[in-house]
Formats: sequence, structure tokens, C-alpha cells
Amino acid sequence: MKSAPFDYVRAASAEEACELLREGGDDVKLLAGGQSLIPMMAMRLTRPSRLIDINEVPQLKFIALEEGVARIGACTRQCVVARDDGLAARVPLLRKALAWVGHTQTRNRGTLGGSLAHADPAAELPLAAQVLGAQMGIRSASGARTLRAPEFFVGPLTTALEPQECLEEIHWPVWTERRTGSAFTEVSRRHGDFAIIAACAQVAVDDDGRCTRASFGLTGGGTTPLAFPALAARLVGTRLDDGITQSAAHDAAHELAPGADLHASANYRKHLASVLAARVLREAYAEARGKS
Amino acid sequence: MSEKRHAVAIEVNGVTRTGEVPARLSLVDWLRDELRLTGTHIGCEHGICGACSVMLDGEPVRSCLMFAVQADGHRVTTVEGLANPDGTPSVLQDSFCETHALQCGYCTPGMLIAAQALLDAVPQPTEAQIRDAIGGNLCRCTGYQQIVDAIKHAAARLARKTGSESNFEAL
Repeated sequence: MKSAPFDYVRAASAEEACELLREGGDDVKLLAGGQSLIPMMAMRLTRPSRLIDINEVPQLKFIALEEGVARIGACTRQCVVARDDGLAARVPLLRKALAWVGHTQTRNRGTLGGSLAHADPAAELPLAAQVLGAQMGIRSASGARTLRAPEFFVGPLTTALEPQECLEEIHWPVWTERRTGSAFTEVSRRHGDFAIIAACAQVAVDDDGRCTRASFGLTGGGTTPLAFPALAARLVGTRLDDGITQSAAHDAAHELAPGADLHASANYRKHLASVLAARVLREAYAEARGKS
Repeated sequence: MSEKRHAVAIEVNGVTRTGEVPARLSLVDWLRDELRLTGTHIGCEHGICGACSVMLDGEPVRSCLMFAVQADGHRVTTVEGLANPDGTPSVLQDSFCETHALQCGYCTPGMLIAAQALLDAVPQPTEAQIRDAIGGNLCRCTGYQQIVDAIKHAAARLARKTGSESNFEAL
């Protein structure tokens, strides 16, 4: 047995999980898909005293398509999110991002909320949440609150969640413009690994091919995923020609402060960020223009 | 201090198996050490290599990345559960032999589980779907080409059996 000993409780409801969190103290952890937590426990990087298993809580597993928003329960498995055609029609970036997340076996177990709450600075789902401005529905024994993605992601492996709080559901804004396109890409050592740099974009255009709304972001180059609303605003009203796209991508890469490691130098990461940001903007724009 | 044990009842290859497990016992350790089902291999033990893949409720997962206690009330299929009822190799297993898709055999149980799960969901996959399905499984000696060939071959043989179209020719 590789993990240190811990106490195990299977919660039957979100209320029960929150009640257990309230009793528990600081080193109590929720166990969702476990695809990051269990390896960290196996390597004894973390030693929770108690795990509250929320895998058997039906109320945390749902996809609800409503007007202007897709609500997804935090413990909904990544494979379920990726397979849902209705969701893919409304929030296409999610399926595109999930194609880069781990492998079939980890997506069958890993959850949407687990990835967001884990907040790995090179993970794909937090980037998608940041770029789309997802809202996090959070519950604790003493109440509920909602946080927008930029306030939720605080640092590497760190969110604004308090020890006694549980991420309950995530609200994904639906872009209702008919001509909307999106794109996600990344460079990693092997497909399924965490990104050296990942980029994604969503663009809406009018019938003349002019951009009416744009959002894009990068991750892997800092402590949290970043979106660039001010730079995206520069694209509105344009036809995203090469000069404008590359200048926005270049300025976005300039805002990163990437580290260097065995896999990539800081300069290479910045270069990659600029290239990939331009690429997703072009792809998203082309997809939007291709819609009738 | 003795560690608390949790009662579990898990359906393994069609038979309900019961036991009492410490919370930190991984599913793969329970399968191998308690049930002596040593077909499922342990590689990296932190979710990278895929050697420990089993099906949980019909879908492939890594059995080193879940605790046995979490499988309580669920259905597990290991590589031992893939053979025909009379114990002879399944079409997929036999195809691995025919195309020389195993050398040392260490990754084979995980590859078979990943491939079987694919064929269950998509009986006639494309080559891209095959490569994606085994994308989470590392092989360090045979090379992936013969493993891909084996899955194509199995799909073609299964299509012939059912009289359906396949993307591939049987060898």
C-alpha cells in the first residue's frame, strides 16, 4: 500500500459531504475522480487524514442545458462531458479541450470539477473555464456562493475554495451567435501529458465576417491559466487578418512569465505561446466564418 | 494501532467477491494480493503506464488510481474475464498471438482491456480510434504497430463472424 493511512467516508449527498468537511479540519479532502489526488497520495506528496468520497453522489452528476448557460455537476465524469452532443453544440470548447486531457482510462474516472478544483497550472479544463468565464457554484455547510473563473484560480494547485467548501456545479456561458467558432491546441511531450503551452479561443462573427466577440487564453506559462479580455477586444470589428491576430497573440505571450525546466526554456515557451495563440484565433475564426 | 477495515462486495468477472479492506488498499492490490488474480499487472502505480487497466462497469480505468473500497457495489472485469467461457483465448486475445503483438507481455493485460473496451463500444473502429484507445498504455518492447495490427485483425475477424463490414482485412 503506497498511500499513508486515512479515514474513508462515502458521502451520500452534497449536504452530507459539506457537513463532513465542516467537522473535519484542514487536512480533510474530497475524493472525486482521484486521477491527480491518488497519485499524489501514492507518492506521499499529500497525506490527508480523511477522504470524503463524493463519487456516489447523484446530485453532483448532471448536465443541464438551459437558456444561455450549460450547468454541469462537479462530479460529472470527463468522458460523460465529452460524449454529450447537446453540450458540444452549445459549449463546443469543452469537447475540444477534453480531447487533450489525459487518456480514455483517466477520462472515464476523472471529473470536471475535480480538474478545476485541482487547478494544475498546465491543465486544459481550467484554461477553458477561464476563457469562457465559467462560474463556479460553491457550497459549504454554512451557505453557498458563486465565483467567476478569474477569482477562482488563485495560483498553482490553489483555488479560492476554503477547506470547508465543495465545488458543486459549474456554469458555462453559451454563446448564442449563429456564427461562432472555437479552437483548442497545445504542445506537450506526449499526447495526454500536461501542456508545455496550451491555447484556446472562441470567436463570433457577423454575416460580413467581422468579429463581434472574441475570447482567448493561454496556460502553461504561469501560475494560473490566463485569458486576455483587453487584447481580445482589439479583435472586435476586424476580420482577424494575420497582422491583427499575430499582434494580439504576441502581446498575450508577452504577458506571460513562464518558468524554465527540463522540457522547455522560458523563451521557447513564450515563442510557443505566441504561435499557438495566433493559431487558435485563426482556427476559431475560420470555423465561425464557415457556419451558415 | 490496527487500521480500520471496510467491508466490500465487488462483482469481479461475473462473480461477487467479498472482503474487508483498509481504505488505502488500491483496487489493483486487492485484485492481485487478495483475489490472486495476477493477470492485471502493476507498472508505475501512479497512472502513467496503463498496465493495470481493468473495466469498471464496462469502461476501462486504471486500477492503481482507485481504492478497492471505492469499487464496492460495482462491476470489475480483469484480463482473466476476457477469455471464452471454456477458457480458450477470445478472438482478440488470439489475434494478439497471431500478429505477434506481445513480446515480454507486461503491457498486454492493459492493452487487451483497452482494446476490448474499444471493440465493445465501437465494433468496427478506424485506425485513428484504435490508436487513441491504446494511447494511455505504454509498451516498451513489442512496438505499437503489431498491437494496432492485432486489434484491426480482431475487428475484421469479428465482422466476418457477424457478417458485417469491417475497415480492415483479416490476415
